[in-house]
Amino acid sequence: MHALIGENGAGKSTLMKILYGMQKPDEGTIAVDGEQVTFSTPGDAIARGIGMVHQHFMLADNLTVLENVVLGGEKLHGIGAKARKKIKEISDAYGLGVRPDALVEDLGVAERQRVEILKVLYRGAKILILDEPTAVLVPQEVDALFDNLRELKSEGLTVIFISHKLGEVLKVADDITVIRRGTTVGTADPKTATTKQLAELMVGSELPSPETRESTVTDVPMLQVEGLTLTEAGAAAAVPLTTAAPPDPSGAVGLQEVGEGRKLLDDISLTIHKGEILGIAGVEGNGQTELIEALMGMNSPNAGVITLDGEDISAVSVRRRREGGIGYIPEDRHRHGLLLEAPLWENRILGHVTEAPNSKRGILDPKAARKDTERIVREYDVRTPGIDVTAASLSGGNQQKLIVGREMSHNPKFLIAAHPTRGVDVGAQAQIWDAIRDARRAGLAVLLISADLDELIGLSDTLRVMYRGKLVADADPATITPEQLGSAMTGAATGRLEGTEEQSEDGDAR
Amino acid sequence: MMKIDKDKLIIGAAGPVLALVTSFVLTVLVLLATGLDPIEPIRLMIENAGYSDVQVLIVNYTAILYLAALAVSIGFRMNLFNIGVEGQYRLAAMVSALVGAAVDLPGPLHILVIVLVAVATGALWAGIAGILKTTRGVSEVVSTIMLNAITTSLVAWLILPKNFGVQPAGSNDLTTGQIPESGWFPGIDMGEGGQIYGFTFVALALGVVYWFVINRTRFGFDLRATGESESAAQASGVDAKKMIITAMLISGGLAGLAGMPILLGESHTYSLAFPVGVGFTAITVALLGRNHPVGILFAALLFAFLEKASSSLDIAGYPKEITQIMQGIIVIAVVVSYELVRRYGLRRQQQKVGEELAAGGAIKTDKEVTA
Repeated sequence: MHALIGENGAGKSTLMKILYGMQKPDEGTIAVDGEQVTFSTPGDAIARGIGMVHQHFMLADNLTVLENVVLGGEKLHGIGAKARKKIKEISDAYGLGVRPDALVEDLGVAERQRVEILKVLYRGAKILILDEPTAVLVPQEVDALFDNLRELKSEGLTVIFISHKLGEVLKVADDITVIRRGTTVGTADPKTATTKQLAELMVGSELPSPETRESTVTDVPMLQVEGLTLTEAGAAAAVPLTTAAPPDPSGAVGLQEVGEGRKLLDDISLTIHKGEILGIAGVEGNGQTELIEALMGMNSPNAGVITLDGEDISAVSVRRRREGGIGYIPEDRHRHGLLLEAPLWENRILGHVTEAPNSKRGILDPKAARKDTERIVREYDVRTPGIDVTAASLSGGNQQKLIVGREMSHNPKFLIAAHPTRGVDVGAQAQIWDAIRDARRAGLAVLLISADLDELIGLSDTLRVMYRGKLVADADPATITPEQLGSAMTGAATGRLEGTEEQSEDGDAR
Repeated sequence: MMKIDKDKLIIGAAGPVLALVTSFVLTVLVLLATGLDPIEPIRLMIENAGYSDVQVLIVNYTAILYLAALAVSIGFRMNLFNIGVEGQYRLAAMVSALVGAAVDLPGPLHILVIVLVAVATGALWAGIAGILKTTRGVSEVVSTIMLNAITTSLVAWLILPKNFGVQPAGSNDLTTGQIPESGWFPGIDMGEGGQIYGFTFVALALGVVYWFVINRTRFGFDLRATGESESAAQASGVDAKKMIITAMLISGGLAGLAGMPILLGESHTYSLAFPVGVGFTAITVALLGRNHPVGILFAALLFAFLEKASSSLDIAGYPKEITQIMQGIIVIAVVVSYELVRRYGLRRQQQKVGEELAAGGAIKTDKEVTA
């Protein structure tokens, strides 16, 4: 099991794309089993026994596992009983526990990932490439995944594992390669290396820690939410797939029982004070997206009052809320934070088109906007050759730094930070954390939603756990451990989570 | 940085050029396949374009196409397909002609009233599609096509002599009655060639306004943002519904103007002889012109040339329809080549940025490597 680590934009993804035949190298050779090969399509790579599990799953939700697995591989074992048998065989051999006839939309994230792995194995892969497989998993699921991977390894398969989480890499890898700026800068032996050393190799500096030391929490409430409720029928936005609750076709509204008009947000009440970071933990799809959209004004909740800085903004438009001081680091920057094909300076305007320096009296001011973009690029260390390149040509971390810079430039009172460091390298991560911390010191209220539990625990002043649209538990970030938080996220624990003696019924119920 | 800009220009021009060359080659092949001389019709058309009267026709038709294509492209800019420009243009021309013939006002005012009525009619007609989309989720493609069909019947019915139509003595044509001279827009006399519609210059001015609104106003930014990424635009605070309605209204208003050059400059009445298909040709023109006012101008000129210079081909024994084949092929070639060029451009830029960063060409940042 070989781990590949490196900063974002260091060339990990490019290397993987080349290995998987999605991109052609200019120079150099690839050898599989000592034999030199060239790939021009993923098909060639598959034929050579290379399979890839993408970070974003490529599954059709409305098909069954069996259908998803045979899709595109119909020639291998047909689409019927033979295929089912083969799936069972693989699933049992590696302890994947995949049910061939389950609908993918009913599966949780971890199960989906196992389906992806199975899909690759089904095609006869001997070499597995996993692109940040743990990004979407809770700690218990990560351990389960690692068990699966060890199983694969013991069967003689090769696993290439890309990750940002150095601790995991050390735990699971047999060999580590570190790349930076497109070249290999070092290799490490996981038996002797420490996360610190790895981080230094990656960025040439120390491993940043998300810890916020001194508390800056005041008792002035900045954002108050009361009784916020959103039912599925009332949701304007596309409903994300819930990992925990089964989808419910009935449209009845306002009934409390499970299975009747599912509530995406169920009576959410919270208060964030000036200078406070409130972290929300939860498995993705448990209402976090809806909560953000409700706070931004992008959907219309059935009930509830949102108050920002003493002003009721429940019925205010997205634009007015933004002008009123809400900053927004979206969870999906490509969908909600950027115009990928527009130049950086136009992206700097996005979301703040009515505010200085971007426009005056309805007329854009490109000159001022460009100048300010250059400032953001400089201050937030966005690595780009210029501000006229498209946002799409920057690496994920640099895109994120641009977004953070943009949102911070308008002195927000309240910041929604959804997965602010997802897919961002260690160096950029530290800068983003710094930016959030600095603003917090200046009295910013932050709602932090993240799948990275270390980040949540390290950065937050207060922690809440969201499960099936409800805030089910709260915890003190000073004492809680990621494992405890993980079990609460699966619904195993509710109420006040205490630091030491814990209800540690590990959340592997699913 | 300059290099990337130059690249952008080349890549911007590559799409249309690729499309035109492809369609030209394919047209030649079609002609060869039907056993005709492929070069002669093209030579004839170019020769035709040398005559001053054909030139005037081309310029005048360009004005009409230009306005209609601006109408289409404002929709395209936010991924809204107003296929109904044809219907909006015809209904607006007819209604404004009726109003123009019915009122008698001093010169400029008369023209203004006609123009305003045309804009209002076009906007209203397109607005129906906008409202249907925002309230009922009806695709604007479907509703505008339906509205086109309704327009055809509506116009045919309104122009009946028992309704508003007037049948000039000794003619089979039906008109809406003559607009008094105070409602005529003065043109530029080109001697033997005829008159260039004065409204042509209004059209050009609108092109400038279009550029300014799209590129230099908040509204234009919101519109473009919606077109590039609806989800990002919404998150940035664009009210999608309002945007759809506004864009539809503007598009329809512009479409309404498309009939003005000919109505105010030549026919002074809406008749059965009014040009048809303008709104459909305009879709191709907008596509070919990449929704840019300058690009659209060249595209409109090209299509006006194809339309007007081909009229004598029949006499020379060549089917005039070859220009339609050519137009059709252009549509397909445009769509394909733009997508190819777009992908190539994005990839190329990504590579370039990567190279430049690797070579240390990044803008100096405050904290080179922090943390």
